[in-house]
Amino acid sequence: MLLNIKDLHVAINGKEILKGFNLQVNEGEIHAIMGPNGTGKSTLAAAITGREGYEITKGEIIYKGEVINDWTPDKRANEGVFLSFQYPVEIPGVSMTNFMRTALNAKRGYLGQPQMKAGEFLKMMEEKKKLVEITAKLTNRSVNEGFSGGEKKKNEIFQMAMLEPTLAILDETDSGLDIDALKVVAKGVNTLKSDSKAFIVITHYQRLLDFIVPDFVHVMYKGKIVKSGGKGLALELEEHGYDWVKELYGEE
Amino acid sequence: MNSKKTTTPLQEKLLQYAEEKVTVSSAGTISELKQKALESFKQSGLPHKRLEKWRNTDMSGWYQKPFLPETINEEFTKQVNDIFECTVQGFDSNVISVLNGHYYSPEEKKLQQFENGVIIGSLAKAMVEYPEYFDKYYGKIADTETNGMTAINTAIAEDGVFIYIPDNVVVEKPVQLIKLVNKRGLMLNTRNLIILGRNSQFTFLHCDDSINHDDSFINTLTEVQLGENASLNLYKLQNINDETALLNNSFFNMKRNSRLKVNVLTFNGGLIRNELHVNLNGKGAEANLNGLYLMDKKQHIDNQVYVNHNAPHCNSSELFKGILDNEARGVFNGYIYVARDAQKTNAFQRNNNILMTSTAKINTMPFLEIYADDVQCSHGATVGQIDNEALFYLMQRGIPFDDARMLLMFAFVAEITDNIKIETLKTNIDDMVKKRLRGELSICDRCVLHCTIPDKPIEFDIDLSKI
Repeated sequence: MLLNIKDLHVAINGKEILKGFNLQVNEGEIHAIMGPNGTGKSTLAAAITGREGYEITKGEIIYKGEVINDWTPDKRANEGVFLSFQYPVEIPGVSMTNFMRTALNAKRGYLGQPQMKAGEFLKMMEEKKKLVEITAKLTNRSVNEGFSGGEKKKNEIFQMAMLEPTLAILDETDSGLDIDALKVVAKGVNTLKSDSKAFIVITHYQRLLDFIVPDFVHVMYKGKIVKSGGKGLALELEEHGYDWVKELYGEE
Repeated sequence: MNSKKTTTPLQEKLLQYAEEKVTVSSAGTISELKQKALESFKQSGLPHKRLEKWRNTDMSGWYQKPFLPETINEEFTKQVNDIFECTVQGFDSNVISVLNGHYYSPEEKKLQQFENGVIIGSLAKAMVEYPEYFDKYYGKIADTETNGMTAINTAIAEDGVFIYIPDNVVVEKPVQLIKLVNKRGLMLNTRNLIILGRNSQFTFLHCDDSINHDDSFINTLTEVQLGENASLNLYKLQNINDETALLNNSFFNMKRNSRLKVNVLTFNGGLIRNELHVNLNGKGAEANLNGLYLMDKKQHIDNQVYVNHNAPHCNSSELFKGILDNEARGVFNGYIYVARDAQKTNAFQRNNNILMTSTAKINTMPFLEIYADDVQCSHGATVGQIDNEALFYLMQRGIPFDDARMLLMFAFVAEITDNIKIETLKTNIDDMVKKRLRGELSICDRCVLHCTIPDKPIEFDIDLSKI
């Protein structure tokens, strides 16, 4: 099993957001996590990636057989955990090239591999750019600075392609995307999909799941999974909305 | 006012010294200027915190120290390189130096005139040999009435650098001034005069460095005249020890279509105050003034930028950025004045700061005085910490905390260092910035320049764990 989350409780500033969350993810699987706003979907992503301020008060995140609760974000990343941000951050003054090379070499350093040669790196950049149909030159552009909403999301998938993670979490990657951009993003994910990799797709709408077909769909509400099922569950949610979830699980 | 004025040991010494020096100076206009300046100084005294422009820079501690207002004219016995070795790979410049307040060179090179008419050398000597330039330009911009530091400098400064670039001369090779002090306890008043003829171009590096950890008080004044369509690139590099106070006053008169670019790069120093007074006097003149400061411990940096738009169709921009650690203090005051008939003025100003601790402090204040109606002016100031969102973003991609923070700080300062147009100089400065941010820079990395001196390195660290 690649990821095993057991009875996870996470609090922000003392307020509990995740309240006994459980999830098992195997290599090769795509899991969709759906649910109304404010149920803790993004908190889950933050907890898995080790973001500061998200305190695990109970439970365990087991990744590749190890409890990673105390791992730093960079260690998790270098062990193959990747997050496609809901709101990618603009970093003026740090060029995409420098950023990606630093990140790649950090990973290589962590794994005890030699640094990547400049030529090899640039070739890889060009190749991966094509995958997500980024035509702009990235060399002199600062990270996400001046990128449109769609470009930012494509850029996340581009980075994912560069870093080749084992576990990728896509946090509302579909939000703010038009149908063409959505297809590009989905194509990127589908190309990277393999038996050794797993995806957790966090989304509010079913739309993305037409293009990235999940093996499992989980409905999250009030900090935990309240219902799991196959692909069909997403369609059901699309049809009936989340009101029934609220009705069923609204009261403790 | 006189009777109530509190005095200080330094002020007493300066007055005593000035009384002797000024009365014995030879006749002529300079002598008159000095006497007038001394009278002003008697009125104003040394600047203090009660003055608006000195409100956030407290000099009182420095005034109590027993500095001697004397310069020492060293005989040229050693090459500057032997005192202070500078080996900048690939950076081709003509190096001149001022040691303990005097132009330091062999006698025959004290004042040189080159084939193209360029004159470079000792101010004291030039004053004797080229009085015509002094009559016309010396003490003409620097205001001795309101600024005590300018007044005392004008009254007692004897030497410094004189540079004259004739009309239509483009000086390809930058001139690098290395200013050093190797005697303890001196209060040095040095003076520079730089004249650029019309259509001339010149690049000047003004480096203030320390050679040891002795205390000193440096009060430098530079007057620059830019002729029509002249272009000056000025770099100020400051890497002095924590026991030194450096006051750096620069005045610029700019004629029609002249261009001025200034980069003030402050890496270290006990107390540093840079005043830039820029007068855009001719139509179409343009001034770009940039600054970077990286301070820690109890260091103090004060940048005062005064831009006077006295003519129409002039552009000015100011961008000053700084990182302050520990209990360091920073001050930025940006004054923009637009005269009534200075229409079509573009004047922009920005100051951004990162404070790494809760005890570091910056006072930043824009001051706009606009009398014309068809102008574009803007100003902005920010004070913040390293962006935690960005930090997490970088770490999520596998970049460790320290490296991520370094990347962000380096990105923050890149906006300034990217303005450095001399490639080799930029590489050197980038390297110095990195070292400074990592806490690896010492005053042994002097100047631009990977200079090495065998004696003790000391650390100036910015503690990265504190962001």
